[in-house]
Amino acid sequence: MAEANNTNERPVSRRNFLKNSGLVLGGLVVGGVAGSLLRRPETPAQPAAPPPATDYNQALMFFTPEQFKVVDAACERIFPEDELGPGAKALGAAYFIDHQLAGDWGFNAREYMQAPFYPGEITQGYQGRLKRREIFDIGIQEMNNYSNSTHGKRFYELPPEQQDAVLKAFETDEVKLTTISASTFFNLLRASTIEGVYADPLYGGNKNMDGWKMKNFPGNQMTYTQLIDKPEFVKMAPLSLRDHQH
Amino acid sequence: MAKKLPKVDVVIVGVGWGGGIIASELTKQGLTVVGLERGKERKTEDYFMVHDELRYALRYELMQDLSKETITFRSKMNVRALPMRSYGSFLLGTGLGGAGVHWNGQTFRFLPYDFEIRSKTIERYGAKKIPEGMTIQDWGITYDQLEPYFDKFEKMAGIAGEENPLGGKRSSPYPIPPMRTTPSMQLFADAAKKKNLHPYILPSANLSQAYTNPDGVARAACQYCGFCERFGCEYGAKADPVVTVIPVAKKTGKFEIRTHSHVRRILHTGNKATGVLYTDVTTGEEFEQPADIVVMTSYVFNNTRILLMSKLGKPYDPATGKGVIGKNYAYQVMRGGAVGFFDDREFNNYAGAGSLGMCLDDYNGDNFDHSDLKFIHGANISVTQTGYRPIGTNKVPPGTPSWGKEFKAASIKYTNRFISVGAQGASMPFRQHFLDLDPTYKDAFGDPLIRITYDFVDQDRELAAFCADKCAEIVKEMGANEKLEINRKLGPYDITPYQSTHNTGGVIMGASPDTSAVNNYLQMWDAENVFVVGASSFAHNSGYNPTGTMGALSYRAAEGILKYRKSGGGMLV
Ligand SMILES: Cc1cc2nc3c(=O)[nH]c(=O)nc-3n(C[C@H](O)[C@H](O)[C@H](O)COP(=O)(O)OP(=O)(O)OC[C@H]3O[C@@H](n4cnc5c(N)ncnc54)[C@H](O)[C@@H]3O)c2cc1C
Ligand code: SF4
Repeated sequence: MAEANNTNERPVSRRNFLKNSGLVLGGLVVGGVAGSLLRRPETPAQPAAPPPATDYNQALMFFTPEQFKVVDAACERIFPEDELGPGAKALGAAYFIDHQLAGDWGFNAREYMQAPFYPGEITQGYQGRLKRREIFDIGIQEMNNYSNSTHGKRFYELPPEQQDAVLKAFETDEVKLTTISASTFFNLLRASTIEGVYADPLYGGNKNMDGWKMKNFPGNQMTYTQLIDKPEFVKMAPLSLRDHQH
Repeated sequence: MAKKLPKVDVVIVGVGWGGGIIASELTKQGLTVVGLERGKERKTEDYFMVHDELRYALRYELMQDLSKETITFRSKMNVRALPMRSYGSFLLGTGLGGAGVHWNGQTFRFLPYDFEIRSKTIERYGAKKIPEGMTIQDWGITYDQLEPYFDKFEKMAGIAGEENPLGGKRSSPYPIPPMRTTPSMQLFADAAKKKNLHPYILPSANLSQAYTNPDGVARAACQYCGFCERFGCEYGAKADPVVTVIPVAKKTGKFEIRTHSHVRRILHTGNKATGVLYTDVTTGEEFEQPADIVVMTSYVFNNTRILLMSKLGKPYDPATGKGVIGKNYAYQVMRGGAVGFFDDREFNNYAGAGSLGMCLDDYNGDNFDHSDLKFIHGANISVTQTGYRPIGTNKVPPGTPSWGKEFKAASIKYTNRFISVGAQGASMPFRQHFLDLDPTYKDAFGDPLIRITYDFVDQDRELAAFCADKCAEIVKEMGANEKLEINRKLGPYDITPYQSTHNTGGVIMGASPDTSAVNNYLQMWDAENVFVVGASSFAHNSGYNPTGTMGALSYRAAEGILKYRKSGGGMLV
């Protein structure tokens, strides 16, 4: 397994890359490379700042602290810490979900939410009138209710095995809910946990790109021409969108 | 009252590949053209922060806003159609360049068999081979007639490729050499050759090297950056209308693009269009744009929808099989495939390009004997390396749970240790599969949504199972471990998982006005100054991505429009 050679170098910014790689062509260009941005003056390289002590991103936009505890605990069971590395909790997945629910996605803003609403066939997709933030409100409450009635405690107070049993009961629709199906909520929770683990850290999850590091995903690189046809696996330190923000 | 604007030679509805090609070809010949595009302007500079999987691949940054307009879907006529409320099965383009901005660039030519599918099927197997209700018909054009236009499209876009050993005859080689060969592509090629199959490098609209096209447009080489399908290319290396045909049209000074312009109707008196009616979505103001010629390039769904709303052409009636607008909606069978897991080697799965791959056509079209098979046509079988990103890719061997410790370990272990061999299955039209206007659901303007009535049928199920077995044989030969995922079983058509944005039909081409909506110049039989361009003209869908063929037909239509203009009117066929 070869280590990439760029681990100790300064990350290559998009603008520098375009400039140095000969991708800027002569007067012929009609379409193509983002020329106008290349002509902007360079900002001098900044010395690397020490990591901030406080992560100001880790505050709640949507969940109540109680809701957050439930989601944080559930995410961790979906993607637990183990010998491979951090779990969803340490990666900030629940903060990610909180922030997502506060915006467009939580309001289903770019989805068709016009009436009339009819129950459809499974193959017709989601047909409910509830938005994602409402589904989370209900789902979280029901997870606590179910935990209380089966184990006498709130979800996040249960030991891991019992938490898994609760999640399983939601996943398989063993829990019967009235407004949504338990599995609809579970699938949403699972999918957004994975997003929180692996989305660019700018969204509040995947802290320190540690999700990517576990998977050997290099994040946001400018080019792979140097390795695309090589037989060996190439590991490299990941770059985030932040690395291009200068 | 709509404000009436000065008349132009040609008005184009939608500026994606279809609109861009038409605009460049017509303006080069001196026609004045207005392009109405409902979405916003796009440029390469938009993509400096494009390597963002969440925003582009999962939140659909570049796609149509479904809160304003979507489609409705039902499996059959006695089921209530319901809106596609969120994205799944296919992703609709919007904005300058349309879906051409966020496509992969896999650029195939349909097979000679495709264009004469009915005649050739009957010739080889007899009429009994075509089951009841399957409405395949010849396209009114042959591969040989279309060949020069394929050539033109490929040279404009800069397609990188090597000759398909089982494809139609070519007048010239691909303009640039094929993409590079990755280890997984090499394994596929070796395995295929061992089985006496005919692998070749997938034809690509991601440039394998810097290229200057016949219009003088120079573009840089692809960087195999792994953020291609669903993303815009910050290098201009992926051929898209914004970096190829649109600037060429603009340079003539004859092409005016109006973005944020949502077209609602084609205006016509009798059998001739007089222009179009549109709304400026930023102000809500209505405009009438008069034109001598109207070109519809608003993708399959809106080409059909706007014709139906404008009452132009005869609507298709599934009860009688008569009428043409909305007829022969087809899709694709993407299910039949196999995934192999490799314990003893890792691949650089994170790297890739939208059309990087190795494929074969031994089981496509009529390249193999169907005498004992319960389906016609077939699929292109391929391994592609488009860049596996971490949210979307969490492949685990069959039997692994979908969350928890075991899932985490397996999804991390196999992320760079799996190869998927897939089949892009052809889709035959059936009498009960069609497009019409939904009686209930409306868009943001109060106009009816288009309604899809479609389901998979036995033909599709047989095809999927057959292809899955072939894919499994290949991936086994490639050295995968015992635990394969083989996707043989095709359930009902489901609008929720992504399959492909290869919708076809609705305004199909053909040799007769009784069975088709447009002739082989994509000129409407029922309105001689209306041309309807796009995969809406496909009479069925092949086992390939559509844009190579759709692009060729766009060049053919442009030639037809110029002829029509020169001759002062009349039908071209
Ligand atoms: C993720 C993805 C990957 C793909 N990969 C491939 C591939 O590898 N190979 C391949 O061959 N094909 C691929 N395709 C398909 C390919 O993108 C399309 O075939 C092609 O772009 C269609 O071009 P078009 O001009 O017909 O339509 P579009 O690109 O959809 O353009 C239509 C335009 O019309 C506009 N419009 C629609 N309605 C109106 C209206 N009422 N008023 C004004 N404007 C309107 C739209 O905003 C849009 O800009 C892919 C598609 C997607 C989504
Ligand atoms: S893979 Fe190539 S063509 Fe696709 S976006 Fe990246 S550089 Fe552009």
